[in-house]
Amino acid sequence: MATPTLTRTAAGSAQSLGNHKLRPVRKKPTIGRIAAVALAAVIAVLWLIPFAWATVTAFKSETDAAASKISWVPPSGFTFDAFAKVFQDGNIPLWTWNSLYTSAAITAITLVISALVAYALSRIDFKGKRVLMTVIIASIIVPPPVLIIPLFYQMLSLNLIDTSWAIILPQVIHPAMVFVLKRFFDQIPRELEEAAVMDGASRLRIFTQIILPLSRPILAAVAIFVFIGAWNNFLWPFIATNDSNLLTLPVGLQTIKSAYGIQYAQNMASALLAALPLIVVFLFFQRQIIKGIATTGLAGT
Amino acid sequence: MSSTTLSRRRSVSRTQSNISGWGFAAPFLLFFLVFLVWPILYGFYMSLTGKSLTGANNGLIGFSNYTEAFGDADMWHSLGNTLYFTVISTVPLVLVALVMAALLNIGLPAQWLWRLSYFAPYLLASTVVSLFFTWMYNPQLGLFNDMLSKVGLPKVAWLNDPNVAMWAIVIATLWWTVGFNFLLYLAAMQNIPAQHYEAASLDGAGAWRQLFSITLPQLAPTTVMIVLLQILASLKIFDQVYQMTAGGPAGSTRPVVQYIFETGFTGYRLGYSAAISYIFFGLILVVSIMQFVITRRRSA
Repeated sequence: MATPTLTRTAAGSAQSLGNHKLRPVRKKPTIGRIAAVALAAVIAVLWLIPFAWATVTAFKSETDAAASKISWVPPSGFTFDAFAKVFQDGNIPLWTWNSLYTSAAITAITLVISALVAYALSRIDFKGKRVLMTVIIASIIVPPPVLIIPLFYQMLSLNLIDTSWAIILPQVIHPAMVFVLKRFFDQIPRELEEAAVMDGASRLRIFTQIILPLSRPILAAVAIFVFIGAWNNFLWPFIATNDSNLLTLPVGLQTIKSAYGIQYAQNMASALLAALPLIVVFLFFQRQIIKGIATTGLAGT
Repeated sequence: MSSTTLSRRRSVSRTQSNISGWGFAAPFLLFFLVFLVWPILYGFYMSLTGKSLTGANNGLIGFSNYTEAFGDADMWHSLGNTLYFTVISTVPLVLVALVMAALLNIGLPAQWLWRLSYFAPYLLASTVVSLFFTWMYNPQLGLFNDMLSKVGLPKVAWLNDPNVAMWAIVIATLWWTVGFNFLLYLAAMQNIPAQHYEAASLDGAGAWRQLFSITLPQLAPTTVMIVLLQILASLKIFDQVYQMTAGGPAGSTRPVVQYIFETGFTGYRLGYSAAISYIFFGLILVVSIMQFVITRRRSA
């Protein structure tokens, strides 16, 4: 019953993004509106060119791709050769799998530990809560690049370098997301829990059976934000692994430039295959993802 | 019931609260201490040592890494590159995002299509972006030079020209990440109460007038936030530079994060590299404090 209202207040501005009914007042096709559509279209075309050019290149033969006369329609026709070669090498599927399970693990661990601590900060009065809160908020400003040197050394002494744990563990701390979750929990009416407390339910039970089900939209938003960040992270996985079996997509792609050299069609085919999973997910969950980014975006990064 | 049992009960429940509070916080705290607090402290300790990956000279050497860094022309050069990138990237990354959001907010048809095309690049890994743009910037076979020569302009060496390379990286970055700011702006715009616009159009204000007298003023706080977040994000630049130019030509694009990476992992000087990390951290800290002060003043 309270869910829809809760969602709207907490997701705030983000919620209205999904709303297609825009203000009906200003809809006359004036010169200004036509100009606006034209400008929006020009920008959209500019923004699609890199995708289009990569796609055209990927479907060319290597000879056509490297021809000095640049063509959108290659003289010897389009071909799947580049994609076939990339699949034969087998790297892209392996890297995709590595990215998938490390990002999923990062997202899962982040969600569990962040939601737990956020609940404590929102609902439980315990000694030292204010200090904890301040420390977590302050840590938002720590830029990840500053940590790479000591983290690498730490992983080295823990013997974790060249394991998936080295990629996963340092990426599960998202202080900003703790804050986003806490703010959401703060808005859930306490009366919902009081009845459960009367019945003698434990904190953990209240958390899992009352709070979490009400928090699905914010949990989804945080999950999306963390997952995209983990999926695309380059610097840390690049440092943490040398083992070619453990490379994630972004790191693996960095190695193909040297491997394929001037195989332009294969480079573009690999890049497109690497881009595909998130783009497809986006096409299906566009609303949720946009909402998620808009909700977490200003607090995050 | 006597007052002693009451107070005992209260203290029991307080103990319980303490236990469950720290219990809920414990998993996060564990990761937080091991993978954030400890590296920060240990990194600072490292910066005071001559630690290297080859294991030589692990002893404390005081602040001499810092004195060396302050006299290191390469460090200043890379720091300068980072600041230069931050300045020239933040302006278009905020302005173009604003234009995109303002255009959509007029109520164009097929909203999802515009959103998709503006935002989709944000979903790509840096490596994909770098592959796309390195190919388009190719001096002989690239799309950009082909377009330039079609309109009769001279070819540009893009990533190979020290005067152009940083701008080439800004263009790629703009394409890649502007969608994020665009979404934040769009969310903020759609949050402006419709009554404002209704009242304005009753008063006869046109779309332009409404944009300048309602939308933009209402967006001022959002703009401050976006600018500050963008500065913080731009200061951390590394990926696309490392992938597209490796910091070249002639170090003209090498950002400070790459210098940290190189002194640590190519030069094996972990201690020195940690010291430069902390100088960089100081810079981030200044911007973050600015952000804190500004947002505090606004909410107060």
